[in-house]
Amino acid sequence: VSHTRRNFLKGTLALSLGGIALGSGLLKPGRVEAAEWPKAGFESKSIDDALKSVFGASATTASGAIKVKAPEVAENGAQVNVSMQADMPNVEAMAILVEKNASPLAAFMSLSGADPFFATSIKMAQTSDVHFVVKAGGKLYSVKKTVKVTAGGCGG
Amino acid sequence: MQLRAQMKDGAADIKVRVSHPMETGQRTDPQTKQKVPAHFIQKMTFAINGKDVAVADMNQAVSSNPLVSVRVKNAKAGDKVKVTWTDNKGESGSAEEVIK
Repeated sequence: VSHTRRNFLKGTLALSLGGIALGSGLLKPGRVEAAEWPKAGFESKSIDDALKSVFGASATTASGAIKVKAPEVAENGAQVNVSMQADMPNVEAMAILVEKNASPLAAFMSLSGADPFFATSIKMAQTSDVHFVVKAGGKLYSVKKTVKVTAGGCGG
Repeated sequence: MQLRAQMKDGAADIKVRVSHPMETGQRTDPQTKQKVPAHFIQKMTFAINGKDVAVADMNQAVSSNPLVSVRVKNAKAGDKVKVTWTDNKGESGSAEEVIK
């Protein structure tokens, strides 16, 4: 896809989304951006910067209502299965971040009808805390779990 | 691309596996000694009966041939699930399944 076409598409998308948002009175910061791939968030080098970029804030409250599954030890950092479930109302989005990866943000899910559950397989360069962050009712909640990696999955 | 959708504990359990290299852009091809360009899925959209219920954005940190799953209470057997992905090279794919 050429730059021109991408910019054109971006413009068209922004215009049409803006139109819908204005028309329905739903124009809120961050909302219009949701349709685009959050490049800045995915390229952020720290958890705080990534959270600010995708959620607009980086302060999180630890919450036991987020149930996560991740291995204690991953023998292969190239394929680490993780999942998160948030037992709380009004969940809008969820994110999975690997603290010691060069770019921590690995996945970000926006919900518009699905349950607050997300499972995926990620790569981990080395032993690290994995942060599971939930946005619910406009606030951020998180839980983290350490995964020990015996063979990293990002090198080559 | 494999897609499975079945009712489980009162919710549609949707599991998808996409055959995709998810290249980080950091890897060197052992034959050519050249960096293999980044090639990864950026977006996966889950829709039930034509309405988006979840959108997952991701980068190179998601593993190759990623397995992704979501759950939807607000769905029933017979509903149609469609999962669509697009990557950083503009390639895309989709699969449809009826919830069992």
